[in-house]
Amino acid sequence: MSTQESYVTEDGRTIGPTVMEMKNITLRFGGVKAITDISFDIREGEIRAIIGPNGAGKSSMLNVISGFYVPQEGEVWYKGKKRPPMKPYQVAEQGIARTFQNIALFEGMTVLDNVMTGRIRQMNAGLLSQAIWKGKAEKEEIANREAVEKIIDFLEIQAIRKTPVGRLPYGLKKRVELARALAAEPSILLLDEPMAGMNVEEKEDMSRFILDMNDEFGTTIALIEHDMGVVMDLSDRVVVMDYGKKIGDGTPDEVRSNQAVIDAYLGVAHD
Amino acid sequence: MFRKKLTHSLKPTPLKVRESFRRFWPVKAGLTEEYNLAQSSQATGGLASIPALLQRNATLFAEKAAYREKEFGIWQNWTWAETEKEVEALALGLINLGVNEGDFIAIIGRNRPYFYFAMAAAQSVGAIPVPVYNDSAADEMEYILSHCGARYAIVEDQEQVDKVIEIQEHLHQFEHMIYIDPRGLRKYDHSALHEYSHVQNQGRAAHDEFINELKARREKLNYDSTCVMLYTSGTTGRPKGVVLSNRNVIESAKNSSEFDGLGADEEILSYLPMAWVGDFIFSLGQAYWCGFCVNCPESPDTMMTDLREIGPTYYFAPPRIFETQLTNVMIRMEDSGDLKYALFHHFMDFAKTTGEKYGMPKRSLATPDLKRRIKNAWRYGMGIGFAVEAIVENGIRMFFTKMRHGKDARKHFKARDPLGLNLYRGSLRDYFKYRTGAVLVYGPLKDTLGFGRVRVGYTAGEAIGPEIFEFYRSLGINLKQLYGQTEATVFITAQPDGEVRADTVGVPSPDVEIKIADNGEIFYRSPGTFVEYYKNPESTADTKDPEGWVATGDAGFFEEGSGHLRIIDRAKDVGKMADGSMFAPKYVENKLKFYPDILEVVLFGNGKDRCVAFINIDLTAVGNWAERNNIAYASYQELAGHPRVLDTIQEHVETVNKSVAADPMLSGCQIHRFLVLHKELDADDGEMTRTRKVRRVVVADKFKDLVEALYDGSPEVSTETEVTYEDGRKGSISATLELRDAAVVSTAAKVAAE
Repeated sequence: MSTQESYVTEDGRTIGPTVMEMKNITLRFGGVKAITDISFDIREGEIRAIIGPNGAGKSSMLNVISGFYVPQEGEVWYKGKKRPPMKPYQVAEQGIARTFQNIALFEGMTVLDNVMTGRIRQMNAGLLSQAIWKGKAEKEEIANREAVEKIIDFLEIQAIRKTPVGRLPYGLKKRVELARALAAEPSILLLDEPMAGMNVEEKEDMSRFILDMNDEFGTTIALIEHDMGVVMDLSDRVVVMDYGKKIGDGTPDEVRSNQAVIDAYLGVAHD
Repeated sequence: MFRKKLTHSLKPTPLKVRESFRRFWPVKAGLTEEYNLAQSSQATGGLASIPALLQRNATLFAEKAAYREKEFGIWQNWTWAETEKEVEALALGLINLGVNEGDFIAIIGRNRPYFYFAMAAAQSVGAIPVPVYNDSAADEMEYILSHCGARYAIVEDQEQVDKVIEIQEHLHQFEHMIYIDPRGLRKYDHSALHEYSHVQNQGRAAHDEFINELKARREKLNYDSTCVMLYTSGTTGRPKGVVLSNRNVIESAKNSSEFDGLGADEEILSYLPMAWVGDFIFSLGQAYWCGFCVNCPESPDTMMTDLREIGPTYYFAPPRIFETQLTNVMIRMEDSGDLKYALFHHFMDFAKTTGEKYGMPKRSLATPDLKRRIKNAWRYGMGIGFAVEAIVENGIRMFFTKMRHGKDARKHFKARDPLGLNLYRGSLRDYFKYRTGAVLVYGPLKDTLGFGRVRVGYTAGEAIGPEIFEFYRSLGINLKQLYGQTEATVFITAQPDGEVRADTVGVPSPDVEIKIADNGEIFYRSPGTFVEYYKNPESTADTKDPEGWVATGDAGFFEEGSGHLRIIDRAKDVGKMADGSMFAPKYVENKLKFYPDILEVVLFGNGKDRCVAFINIDLTAVGNWAERNNIAYASYQELAGHPRVLDTIQEHVETVNKSVAADPMLSGCQIHRFLVLHKELDADDGEMTRTRKVRRVVVADKFKDLVEALYDGSPEVSTETEVTYEDGRKGSISATLELRDAAVVSTAAKVAAE
């Protein structure tokens, strides 16, 4: 499969060329091999899912992409360039935002303030200007607030704009976290189990938001998810991992009929 | 500071306009005298249609805010001049799309300025707007759209677009759909789907081409042309399309605005369904007539915050909203500090008797002039001194009570008046005390509820509990009741200022004639009387006789002395028990619904020897009670079936039985057995109308097994009920319900004793 040409999906979205590529990634924690020799790519504008049973190394993979872990072997290529080992904030500056499996928000701050923190990368005013809130700082704040308000409107969280995050239920916290990631205007958005612990209705809402985000802003999305129905409906391509190895890669249909994947999920004895 | 931003000034207008302004539009109440109430279009200055009123407002109030909507966290503003431009662009766009005179345009969405523009635009091109409840299921929508044969629909977002696409193949006349929010719709087939702003842009581009056509169509509109078609909520059977003419709408708006002295300074929050006649009259009819400002909330969830930010001066809500707000206030007061709790109850008790006398707002402009401001400041000033004293004195006493009783202090502490009040006697003391209460309790509470500036408030649709009504009145909110119908363009009777009571619905509105038939049914005739039911001459003939008298279907009577109308029940719901005594379900149901724990009651017993009832608990109130009493529950169903909840409900039922027994006519309606339903009655399941009125027949049929069980005396019953989710999927819930006997007061014994 040529990965450099754009194509149009059935539902009319344009999927661009490869934007990020993992080449033979191996990640070890001491003697434990979390990821063994995995390669896959993410194309521009697509929704890429990473699935697998518990402990398969999915979150580790996401952490490699977002720069939390530096793999012992292998290369990460981003926008046609090989990425040197980086700190997470440097990765964020490159336009990669993420949400966390266990929500990581500032509990005491309001939803609005939390989402505003996502705009940190866009704020460049100096300390003095910030302190007296004149000139550049003021202009920046207004521009950023406008961007944030659009996201609040997009994710339909207007009613909780001024509510401290600590008082919100789980489903809404997840949405706020998504809002914060989105506020950074990322080119790639990494979602670590965005639908874990949600009921059917909340899952439907979240799926809607993910699709709309991809559609409206053209954000490339890589997500980890356990709900097979959601994954098969949402994603364009799926990577399947088991025990740190890649056992399948392709469209949802291809993956569904892959014998290795079926075995991994139905629990066939390993040799 | 926020308030200041909202005020506006009238831009000086040319003298000629001023002249007509003074003649036809009274700024202040009081100028109305020079106005005669003749029923010709002459009285409205030749303003015979909504588009004509818009033209007038665009010149008269050019720079004054007409519509506001909160978007992206900021109130966005449209002046009357801008409104006129928006409407014109859309109207031209509609002509461009091929809208003909007499076409029906369905309008489906929540309250947003765009939809109000759309209604006026539809009228401008000679089409008829048909607002549809935006939460109606696809098949309900299909019925309405096919019944009126709508060729166009203006809808809000993807959700509504999907719904209409789903039913589109059954609609033969349907052609184009216009949506406002493009989100998620990019990939849809756009051959018959248009974005609102694009339609407007095309309209603007084709301005020169179509403007004469538009003007000609606008000129053609007169007092008898159709203004709007509204579908009744359909408490019984299929909804009916009520055709209202410009005469109906404009005369009703004019009369009611004069009745309450509404002016261009009013602010209203429009949040009630657009398909409901009330919203049409308030947000369009009266707003266009008076030129006041209509504010649309950001989203349905932010309604309370937006209400507070806007501080409407003219407000309308069904009793349910007032009930919910009161329940919330009471719940929050339970959680408040002991001193606050004591002061709240002390001053609320006092206001019950004095609020009417000292609290009511005087008729004046919504934006007070300097004199009024000074007066207000002086009044508050007086209160502040005593308020400080009250806090200090009660604070010290509370300190000692806490030393003595610790956590139980609340039970042992009663707030007292500040000693300084003893300087005054009689009504002067009451006056000062009310001012103190206004500073400490009433003012802040009104502000929190968003009623700080309300001059005229209305509740209608259902009976409101006397305690709830009195609570709001005693705060100094001029809450009144009115009685109306879609067929009457809302107003049949209303309570004038100063003659407000919880148990009546007021005197006939201006120009409305009322007569009461022998069986108690109310008939009326007014300039607001509807033209006809669309495509339904039989129903029209049944309801409206050749002389123009319309049957309301409600039974009631005029009270001796005051001349106020009292409503008993729906005429057809009033039945007979097996022994021939009267069965008036709503009378009993309302008594029970006034308990905050109880959300809904359905009484059965027509033709039977005794009455039984279904009860819905109020999850907010009962849930809070459960929390405070350490009762754990996992679901609505579990809480509804909890023995202690049943005990409480049983107490309420027995208290109501006692009060019902006191009325010799209705003593047969006492509740012998009841059950608490395992699910909330819901419009999605067809058990209620979209305006949340119980469909008695549907409920009786759906829960047939439960009614039977109540009559055959079994102690419990297992049942399975089908439920419909918001997206139309179906599921089912099963439950075992406990049936309870309630003590009734034997009327035979009472007669013997007498």
